[in-house]
Amino acid sequence: MSDTIAFTLDGVSVEAKPGETIWQVAQRQGTEIPHLCYSPAPDYRPDGNCRACMVEIEGERVLAASCIRKPTAGMKVRTASERAKASRKMVFELLMADQPERQVGHDPESRFWRWAERVEVSESRFPERQTPGPDRSHPAMAVNLDACIHCNLCVRACREVQVNDVIGMAGRGHNAKIVFDFDDPMGNSTCVACGECVQACPTGALMPSTAVNAANVRTGYADRAVDSVCPYCGVGCQITYQIRDDKLLYVTGRDGPANNNRLCVKGRFGFDYVHNPERLAQPLIRKDGVPKHADDKVDPANPWTHFRPATWEEALACAAGGLRKIHDAHGGGALAGFGSAKGSNEEAYLFQKLVRTGFGTNNVDHCTRLCHASSVAALMEGIGSAAVTAPFTACKDAEVIIVIGANPTENHPVAATFFKQAAKRGAKLIVMDPRGQALKRHATHMLQFKPNKDVALLNAMLNVIMAEGLFDQQYVQAFTENFDALKQHVKDFTPEKMAPECGIPAERIREVARLYARSRASIIFWGMGISQSIHGTDNARCLIALALTTGQVGRPGAGLHPLRGQNNVQGASDAGLIPMVFPDYKSVENAEIRSQFEKVWNTKLDPKRGLTVVEIVNAVLAGQIRGMYIMGENPAMSDPDAHHAREAFAKLEHLVVQDIFLTETAYYADVVLPASAWPEKDGTVTNTNRQVQMGRKALPTPGSARQDWELIQEIARGLGLAWNYRHPSDVFAEMKQVMPSLANITWDRLVRESAVTYPCPAPDQPGADIVFGDGFPTASKRGKLVPAVYSGPGEPVDDEYPMVLTTGRQLEHWHTGAMTRRAAMLDAIEPAPIACLSPNDLPRLGITPGETIRVSTRRGTIELAVRVDGAVPSGMVFIPFCYAEAAANLLTSPQLDPMGKIPEFKYCAARVEKIAGQARAAE
Amino acid sequence: MSATFELTPENLEAAKKIIAKYPPGRQASAVMPILAIAQRQNDNWLPQAAIEYVAKLLGMAAIRVHEVASFYTMYNLKPAGRTQVQVCTTTPCWLRGSNEVLHACEKALGIKCGEVTKDGAFGLSEVECLGACVNAPMMQIGDDYYEDLDPAGATRIIETLKAGGKPKTGTQIDRRTSEPIGGPTTLTTLSFGKGS
Ligand code: SF4
Ligand code: SF4
Ligand code: FES
Ligand code: FES
Repeated sequence: MSDTIAFTLDGVSVEAKPGETIWQVAQRQGTEIPHLCYSPAPDYRPDGNCRACMVEIEGERVLAASCIRKPTAGMKVRTASERAKASRKMVFELLMADQPERQVGHDPESRFWRWAERVEVSESRFPERQTPGPDRSHPAMAVNLDACIHCNLCVRACREVQVNDVIGMAGRGHNAKIVFDFDDPMGNSTCVACGECVQACPTGALMPSTAVNAANVRTGYADRAVDSVCPYCGVGCQITYQIRDDKLLYVTGRDGPANNNRLCVKGRFGFDYVHNPERLAQPLIRKDGVPKHADDKVDPANPWTHFRPATWEEALACAAGGLRKIHDAHGGGALAGFGSAKGSNEEAYLFQKLVRTGFGTNNVDHCTRLCHASSVAALMEGIGSAAVTAPFTACKDAEVIIVIGANPTENHPVAATFFKQAAKRGAKLIVMDPRGQALKRHATHMLQFKPNKDVALLNAMLNVIMAEGLFDQQYVQAFTENFDALKQHVKDFTPEKMAPECGIPAERIREVARLYARSRASIIFWGMGISQSIHGTDNARCLIALALTTGQVGRPGAGLHPLRGQNNVQGASDAGLIPMVFPDYKSVENAEIRSQFEKVWNTKLDPKRGLTVVEIVNAVLAGQIRGMYIMGENPAMSDPDAHHAREAFAKLEHLVVQDIFLTETAYYADVVLPASAWPEKDGTVTNTNRQVQMGRKALPTPGSARQDWELIQEIARGLGLAWNYRHPSDVFAEMKQVMPSLANITWDRLVRESAVTYPCPAPDQPGADIVFGDGFPTASKRGKLVPAVYSGPGEPVDDEYPMVLTTGRQLEHWHTGAMTRRAAMLDAIEPAPIACLSPNDLPRLGITPGETIRVSTRRGTIELAVRVDGAVPSGMVFIPFCYAEAAANLLTSPQLDPMGKIPEFKYCAARVEKIAGQARAAE
Repeated sequence: MSATFELTPENLEAAKKIIAKYPPGRQASAVMPILAIAQRQNDNWLPQAAIEYVAKLLGMAAIRVHEVASFYTMYNLKPAGRTQVQVCTTTPCWLRGSNEVLHACEKALGIKCGEVTKDGAFGLSEVECLGACVNAPMMQIGDDYYEDLDPAGATRIIETLKAGGKPKTGTQIDRRTSEPIGGPTTLTTLSFGKGS
């Protein structure tokens, strides 16, 4: 049976697929009909308002807008009849009436001007009307509404695609006007600078500010474009770099599987860090006699106080020589390496291979330890796989969506757009978090529970599922084990008992438990709020138990999805940048596995699991580890109790830092190797959805900076390894030998397709989005239900330290800020450290907004400005950890989750004080 | 400027009744009458806080409520007069002399269009078609329409209002509602309801 509709287009018989418009069929047939208010980009619904796309339909009195009109059987459409052409010309002439002259009309190459040229309209006989002046209040975007044609595309971009609800069409008739919020200047509005509107606007009324001059006329034209992936978060948006003279001009979104053209402020406007003058452009060696102190600071713009320039030969000899010396004197156990979740899969693989085969130790880790290590531990234990069971785009098919311990509008902004769209479509969105957040507005249920009480809340939900028989008996029998133990365990966790613990009324707990369990498809997303806790593994166990008892996994719209943070934390973990496992999570302590790797790598391997991030720091202070190689990570900012970590780095006999900036960690380096930024290299990355994507080299490295993979190879050679990779593709080929997860995914395929999801069943088939429909990759093929112990925080509040300190990120800044603090637009939007406090706490503490306050914990003290934040509950202080001048991690607690070894970044006891004598800050 | 806004308990009650008329999830349909209630409560205009309040009440994005409020000239987005004189200047009224009517109002009130008198008693604005074109030109004052105006008639109405009087509403000439001037001109030979 065919659902297609046969009709005639310009005398030719054609078939429309169901839902296709005349415009789309014409486009498919090779006829591009003029269009302004219509965008063929995904998710832009036709609006039919500009009438630039009129066509003639036989037998109809009036012309029809082809962008919105769907053909019916037998219809005869003429796309280029004289009448249609004349009408379209008239539309352009009318619109042109109040356009500024093309050459100064903001974007002379806009879609509007190019179409006007094609329909041969260059001037207008109509009088112009008054138009608004320019608005340059936003650092990243130029608004020139005199070029606006009221096509509404930006409204659809902001409202329907990104669901930010900032732009609207206010007023009426000839007073109709695009406004931001209440007709505020864009820079003062609630705009989150995703730039979607800029990408959608067909006229140059909205443009990236880097493309226009002071007179608001576009000057920037790219001379080439390179397709790649965004280097920031685990969403893995595909992008296109627009480049002129080897400089990044601006970035556009591409139709990748995770982003459908969408980007966030970082992905769109956060790239000028690559051209920052502080980029390391030559190797540095620490000057003789300059001691290392934990409190020492080096000015990245003037490193010459502590370092001297060196040749590559000297620097590499010094870097490898120092490591070799320690190895020879004290054995491999005296060395350790931190790889990076910001680099490529190939770099991660090479790095762990270097540590394992060159250093002779498993002391290799990376920042996964600081983000999802506990989720990984619980997932490995429960379902035998640490990756997501479904992509975040699966929320499209979900009836119930739980987002817990995550703030996706800031940390996974493009994933958040899909959640918001799902909520708009009618899915139940249940947000659970001690902090309020932007997603709250879209949530059907907001459960703002007490910090650190995840297990209380989640076990109470499990209690309801058990007590009310909401579990899926068949699923439980077929695919799980240990059900009875779990049932027994959660018996005591009645909603009535847990309500005072977690602060959520019992009925509310029941309601969400029922919703979750009974829906056709429920999916859970979680973030650091779950994992960064000393009982992070237990928190995650509860979520796994929710999904397994109710069978909410392995089907469209159902699943478990820990939102991975770094762009390549999934890939770096897969590639083995973990002390306990080889690539693909194979235990280093299993002799059989080890011998396989020994064969491929042709060397003996350390049979003991290595130390994790925080353990390595402690081992340095204990004198056990003496030398380190740190690539692309900044533990002096990101580790908990950072002062303690800094003492460790200062104590190292030999520290090699490979990075693109002189990071806070590099202050303690003996050798600094200048490396490549993401847009400067070829390599693959794996996002939170298990999509392996191709990153392409678009720019040259500055000065004599070199490719990271080459540098790892140079160090390996310096340690006597006979490595001879010629390109990252060689590395990828080797990875495929030891990583079954990459089956059917080749470098060439990635070059061709840009993204392939693993696991992938065949070279010519897409990968599996949804996995574990029929059991799990565990020994018993069943998912294990593990009861979660309910315990308190590592450092409860007390009289001396009465507030809860919690840390996290901000939309505009990435992690330790090494990149984003050097991205002009991003730093302009969020330029200085802040501590967010509840409006209820300010009067009690005698503090006014904007005032500089002191925040202390048992480990340190920082001073920074206060911001009032209604999302923060009373008794809590939230501090983003990206600001070196007031580093939040000087305060955080290094207590670890016993299984995941992840520190408790989300909870420690703190004191907030007014600084005596501080003048009242300006209102 | 009112920085905060809340409906009074009685008005909130009224608003809830209106919301209840629509099926669940469709409460946004109530936006117009509720904006009207808010405006009446707030000296005849809608501050930003009121728009945000209504948005929250209806689970709408504030920008969507702003779009509605800025589309209809019946909503005042800045302080208006306690009595607001709204002169229609859309094409039919304009062709029938609405410019002159508007000028007469300006003169009678001593303010320009878009302004409010010093004592806050009267405001004057120009609005889009109010759907009474058949009796053009016309203006709306408060809840009443005044139709078939000329400058003198408009002046008289305003003077009466200023003096606290109640001018005649509807058409200002010899005519029944929107019937032809001077009585019916068609169907005059038919008789209805006389049992014929
Ligand atoms: S940049 Fe994004 S949030 Fe800001 S107005 Fe445009 S679409 Fe809306
Ligand atoms: S600003 Fe651009 S996208 Fe928005 S309505 Fe005007 S022309 Fe269309
Ligand atoms: S493109 Fe079809 S109406 Fe605008
Ligand atoms: S044009 Fe004035 S009422 Fe219609």
